[in-house]
Amino acid sequence: MDLPSPLLFLTLLPLVGALCVMLGSPARFTSRLFSTALLVLTLGLLVKYNPSEGAYDFVSEWVVSSSLGISLSFGADGLSLAMLLLSAIVTVSAVWAIPPIKERENLFYACVMLISAGVVGAFSCTDVLFFYAFHEIALIPTFLLIGIWGSGDRQAAAWKATIYLGLGSFVLLLGIIAVYLKLPEGMRTFSMPDWQDAAAAGFLPVPAWAYWLLVIGFGTLISLFPFHSWAPQAYACAPTPAAMLHAGVLKKFGLYGMLRIVVPIFPTEMQVQFLNIFLVLLCGNILYIGLVTIAQKRLDWMLGYSSVMHMGYIFLGIAGLNELSLSGAAVLMVAHGLSIAALFALCGVLRERTGTLEFVQLGGLAKPMPRLGLLFGFAAMASVGLPGFANFPGELMVFFGAFGSGNAFGEGFHFSAIQIATVVAVWGVVISAVYMLRAYRSVFFGSMPEKWAGLADVATIPRYAVILLVVALLIIGFYPQLMLGYIAPSLLLP
Amino acid sequence: MNPLLLEVIVVVLGIVLLMLEAFVSKSDKTFLAWIGIGGLFAVLVASFFTVPVPADAPYAAFYTTDALAMFFKRFSLLATILVLVMGIDYAPTVEKFVPGASKGAGVGEFLSLPVLTCAGLMWMVSAVDFIAIFVSLELVTISFYVLVAYMRRSATCLEAGTKYLILGALSTGFIVFGITWIFGVTGQTNLAAIATVLPQLPASASAALLFGLGLVLISLGFKIAVFPFQFWVPDVYQGAPTPITAFLSVGSKAAGFVVLVRVLTPFLQDETIGAKVAGVLAVITGATLLFGNLAALPQKNFKRLMSYSSIAHAGYLLMAVTSIGVAVAEPAISFYLAAYLAMTFLAFLVMALVASAVGGDDLSNFNGLARRSPWLAGAMLVAMLSLAGIPFTVGFLGKLYIFEVALSAQHYWLVGIGALTVACGFYYYLQIVRAMYWMPAAENAAAVPVSMTSRITMAALAIAIFVFGIYPQPILSMLG
Repeated sequence: MDLPSPLLFLTLLPLVGALCVMLGSPARFTSRLFSTALLVLTLGLLVKYNPSEGAYDFVSEWVVSSSLGISLSFGADGLSLAMLLLSAIVTVSAVWAIPPIKERENLFYACVMLISAGVVGAFSCTDVLFFYAFHEIALIPTFLLIGIWGSGDRQAAAWKATIYLGLGSFVLLLGIIAVYLKLPEGMRTFSMPDWQDAAAAGFLPVPAWAYWLLVIGFGTLISLFPFHSWAPQAYACAPTPAAMLHAGVLKKFGLYGMLRIVVPIFPTEMQVQFLNIFLVLLCGNILYIGLVTIAQKRLDWMLGYSSVMHMGYIFLGIAGLNELSLSGAAVLMVAHGLSIAALFALCGVLRERTGTLEFVQLGGLAKPMPRLGLLFGFAAMASVGLPGFANFPGELMVFFGAFGSGNAFGEGFHFSAIQIATVVAVWGVVISAVYMLRAYRSVFFGSMPEKWAGLADVATIPRYAVILLVVALLIIGFYPQLMLGYIAPSLLLP
Repeated sequence: MNPLLLEVIVVVLGIVLLMLEAFVSKSDKTFLAWIGIGGLFAVLVASFFTVPVPADAPYAAFYTTDALAMFFKRFSLLATILVLVMGIDYAPTVEKFVPGASKGAGVGEFLSLPVLTCAGLMWMVSAVDFIAIFVSLELVTISFYVLVAYMRRSATCLEAGTKYLILGALSTGFIVFGITWIFGVTGQTNLAAIATVLPQLPASASAALLFGLGLVLISLGFKIAVFPFQFWVPDVYQGAPTPITAFLSVGSKAAGFVVLVRVLTPFLQDETIGAKVAGVLAVITGATLLFGNLAALPQKNFKRLMSYSSIAHAGYLLMAVTSIGVAVAEPAISFYLAAYLAMTFLAFLVMALVASAVGGDDLSNFNGLARRSPWLAGAMLVAMLSLAGIPFTVGFLGKLYIFEVALSAQHYWLVGIGALTVACGFYYYLQIVRAMYWMPAAENAAAVPVSMTSRITMAALAIAIFVFGIYPQPILSMLG
């Protein structure tokens, strides 16, 4: 075994942080220290990585079971580094923004750090089984976070999310085993690059039902319509850092898995065989969930639904299956993660100050809380897809890429299915503008009930935590090439 | 050294312990457990320095020392050591429910009998002849009759003993009857000989053969607690002394599965009746998975919950047994059982401590444990995560292996049922996590006292769960 990969240390950072906190070191200080170190190390790796080749770097491998072909192997390319950066930024922001916890502070911080360890580990592993395993780490901390510190009907939310995600990830595991068993005997391995090579060389004859296992499995984790119903409730009831990490980063695990496993192994299923079903589902995300979002009466539920809705765009990018649309999907993954994390962070501050998130009870809060209002405005505009924020280039690339992938006006001058889906998706932008702007108006503008006059504005440290996210959104928004330079060379095109 | 000596030493150890209990006038009998633990540990070490039995040995026809047998000999030794460790802390409870003239009466036998049971288990996993299987099975079962009903002032314990006795005796009848039918058709009691005779049998014989095998299956189904022979499990598990419950659910079940694998392999690999046997097994498997997991959902008592969970785990193991004819299933079964040993004993260790401190083994007795005794709650959390099959625990790899075997054997609908029941498992195992972490503790609840022995044992088990959950190769290599 060579020198262990820096990615191992990257994964260990939040894990060790969580352990230290559990063993009783000062929770707030330790978590802030370890999360900041995580961000610094990630940035270092980004600088050191040479993006032009798109190859895996920082590789190390440790064979865990030779008879089953499992090895704890690390490696990162441009796409995984982009996801790692997202994880690190959201972790830092989530940890620093945590308000004072009244009881069992250490357990709280340990749970947050464990979720972070799960996502960092998942994005640094190149072994499918460990990729899966790291994601599952997050399940129990989420259960505890929602169950102990959640708001609203927290018990129901915790059970629903845990069992939904548990079942979804088990379906995913069965799909993974099904692919594994189709590898020729003697060459069976869980190595992700080996799977991709085998698929490219054409000796991975995976049956179509395995495609559905993977799509339903990943889809449940991503909240693909109609497997989404756990998500809004879980996000609405979860304490702020859990919602930020879950909606911001953990969900991207499934999308990353789609890009890394489903796209290379099932190109025909994706492109031809089941494209139409997939398109119907993602239009369900955009249109149906979009309309449901408009109907929400509480800010936290609205944000939860909006995060489900935005997955539709990313699915559309994946369905497009060309370089433009897949890059757009990847950029949108990062952008959505940053913007929804910022929104949930601010939503958490609001809940803490006012104790309610119902639109009818709020209003005019920009007056007592101008900074909060401004930041919320930024994050909401980013989420809608206003030019200048990272979401805009992402959505644009997805739309153009997906539209271009259908053979436009080929025979008889008619739209292909994916083009119709793209048109539907563009309407989704209008829908999200409607609900975001309405929410923004009813919370921050209009007449203010008397009782909110003395509200304190967002405190300094949480403010900078959100500013970090907004700045990242702006940088990528104004200069998307920065991100694309990393992502595009390492995308696997069918 | 000859592996037969291992059993001989264990039997001698058991008898010596009984003698010591009778003739040493010390009121604290827990020293017997320490002698037992030391002796069994020595045997465990010695088991790594044995040579396999030569094929021409006079007893080779009914006694084997293949990799499977050696693995489960060590397994039985380890399980018995853990039972004795639990027994030390459990001694006061035994004393309370066993009347006697002197202080400490009854504790000595309670700590010696598991050693004799262990000898039976070790023999059972080596038996490859129906006669040897029957005799060793009886040795195990009869010592369990005593152990289950041990606390004779406790009504629930006596109830458990009676139920176990009556149903155990009934199942003995079934296995003897089944063996005679199989012997009548094949003229053999040796399993290898049966395997060579099977293909030559006329087609008309298969009905009688299947009938005999069905009777044997009923009896073994009772041992390993699969649907529909599981009715005794919740009551017996709840009533028996906790260390014995753990012993029953791990030792007895594991040895039962080894015998099941050995008995079924020739039949499942047979071309004419293999598919039929697999079909029956598949139905039993599906029913066991559904029953165990669904019945566990509403449970409010920890021991009952664990008893249904043990039925559920028998279902997962049966998924692999069903696949024997078409896929290599033995390593998956052995690995799963090894995982099951670690997580079940860890759960029962914690439970026994909590129950004796709080005075009950309902789930509500675990309320707020995370605040009172965070380490104890952490150990229980590890056990529950592993039982539920969360990655990085050995329980996850066990499930992975079992489902891999079942998928490669193309038992798709069993896999489908299995996926649903795994989700059920999340619910009922997390019920305990919920009680420990979500719920507030009862007022004036103090920390649970934990002895140093239990501390070390629990730490070792928890570490083993994680280590083998990440690095399973040592166990897999032992399976050959």
